[in-house]
Amino acid sequence: MIKRFTTALALLALSGMAAAAGPALQGDIQTQPTNWHAIIMFIIFVTMTMGITYWAAGRTKSTADFYTAGGGITGFQNGLAIAGDYMSAATLLGLTAMTFSRGYDAYIYMMAFFAGWPIILFLMAERLRNLGRFTFSDITSYRLDPSVRTMAALSSLVVVVFYLIAQMVGAGQLIKLLFGLEYNVAIFAVGILMMVYVTVGGMVATTWVQIIKACLLLFGGTLVLILGFSQFGFSLTTLLQKVTAVHKLGTSIMAPGSLLSDPVTALSLGLGLMFGTAGLPHILMRFFTVGNAKEARKSVLYASGFVGFFFNVIFLMGLVAVLLVGQDPQYFEGGDIKGALIGGGNMVAMHLAHAVGGNLLLGFLAAVAFATILAVVSGLALAGASAIAHDIYARVIRKGECTDKEEIKVSRMATIFLGILAIILGIMFEKMNIAFMVGLAFGVAAAANFPVLILSMYWKGLTTRGALWGGYSGVTSAVLFVVFSKSVWVDVLHNAAPLFPYTQPALFAMPIAFLCAYVFSVTDSSARATKEREAFEDQYVRAQTGFGASGASH
Amino acid sequence: MSSVIYERLRRNPKFDELVQKRGSFAWTLAAIVLIIFYGFFMLIAFSPKMLGQPIAEGSMWAIGYTVELVMFVFFWLLTFVYVRRANGEFDDLTAEIIKEAQKETK
Repeated sequence: MIKRFTTALALLALSGMAAAAGPALQGDIQTQPTNWHAIIMFIIFVTMTMGITYWAAGRTKSTADFYTAGGGITGFQNGLAIAGDYMSAATLLGLTAMTFSRGYDAYIYMMAFFAGWPIILFLMAERLRNLGRFTFSDITSYRLDPSVRTMAALSSLVVVVFYLIAQMVGAGQLIKLLFGLEYNVAIFAVGILMMVYVTVGGMVATTWVQIIKACLLLFGGTLVLILGFSQFGFSLTTLLQKVTAVHKLGTSIMAPGSLLSDPVTALSLGLGLMFGTAGLPHILMRFFTVGNAKEARKSVLYASGFVGFFFNVIFLMGLVAVLLVGQDPQYFEGGDIKGALIGGGNMVAMHLAHAVGGNLLLGFLAAVAFATILAVVSGLALAGASAIAHDIYARVIRKGECTDKEEIKVSRMATIFLGILAIILGIMFEKMNIAFMVGLAFGVAAAANFPVLILSMYWKGLTTRGALWGGYSGVTSAVLFVVFSKSVWVDVLHNAAPLFPYTQPALFAMPIAFLCAYVFSVTDSSARATKEREAFEDQYVRAQTGFGASGASH
Repeated sequence: MSSVIYERLRRNPKFDELVQKRGSFAWTLAAIVLIIFYGFFMLIAFSPKMLGQPIAEGSMWAIGYTVELVMFVFFWLLTFVYVRRANGEFDDLTAEIIKEAQKETK
């Protein structure tokens, strides 16, 4: 029971913005005194990005510009943007907090978040780029019926909406803490800024917001670490000697704790994070912003380099914080270092910034955290808008017979719709325990998006019937497993015991999706299925050679 | 129309060479990552104590931390190795195949 609770806790601490939405930040959070350093630095960030958005607006004319920046992003830029998409505020705040309290366990999670990238590179990046145009549904429906596109678009939207809610609620809580603004003010600020970036500047603006934010985050984190680590002569041995002497876990701070002692949970978590990453629509979409497969591969090389580097920085930051924050009474409620941290557990990174660089560095890091949330919601909104406008409207409803102008107009409307929806849901879910939402987003991504996507690229035998069964069974089972697990069934619906004993759905939902896709494909003897299998040949040649792939428009 | 050129690309023996070489390279690297990654997770589940031991008597570096740090670097090096070979050798081969198929048209 305790074990499961801590696993759940750790999960929220990690997955996306759930950290900021997790129990540590639930309930009554005291609005902090207004932090002017942070607000001024954030205004500088917004002014700068608005300038970029204005510039980007001039370069956003076609649908290709709007969805994929015309394929004109370089591998290095895209690598930074992917890293930006992947390193949310929760990575910075949640993982330092987890290292601070649980030590090595946090490092294990970082590996689970990291190891998906090489797999995406080896097995997917090139085919994604060679087959896709705007959305990953372009690939799943490449040789299959448009109903597969509808299915893929719907499951993308499910992922996007759950992820958005988690981000919005997290944003509201976090901003309340860091900036001393009201929750609703924060929600409106994030929602409106996001709508402006995406509707005006499309993918060009979103990418640059992402790049700037990734640089700020890398710079801020590294600076805090260097300032803190220098107090220990940059020696890990010295640091660990001091940490193990004062931490309540003692020497076992560097050993795996209880978090992953259950093999089923460990395996399910590993699968969910690895393949969930490979099924997140806003991450997959980034592969279409580069000109060709060469740049797509480079994107992953740079992205995984930045992500891997940053995880290691964060782990060391957490260890440094054990001494510089954990031993300093000024960061604790009532000055008691055995008590609670001021502002809650997720404030470790912020307190550390204050400890090594005073109010100025604290303000800078807080502004970076806000920028991070903005960038991530913008990426999500664009992915959601493309599912609505490109997949459902242009391809399915209008059957491809609509002009670029109309399609962009619909995507802008879709963005505004998603922005308003995000604001409303953000306000509605303020007081709810929404920790399950990121788990759900990753679960659906791993169990619905990923199986159909990978099968459509690798398996000749996949037919429309199989893809539909695979996709829908994946969504349904992932959602049901999460609803019946402790995080919803007990924590939200207040039942006595969970119907599904594990917190992670991937190990169970993924096989269901693969099995359904397989069984309903091989038993499909329709004429359409025969045609679809024959069509694999051309798709395969294009996937391998990139011949016929959509290139850069400028 | 494009179907004809895809057919031609497909027939080129170099196409099979490309697919075979790149496929086995990519899958080998993927298998290395998956085996190490899930092997490591099983170690965490089944012998967490061992991972907490220092790498040498009196050292502060635990086995688990050291192994994982090496994994971070090693996995990234594998991506580097793959990108180098795919962007060089494999892409050159791909370009040749496409060129030859287009020449036939003329």
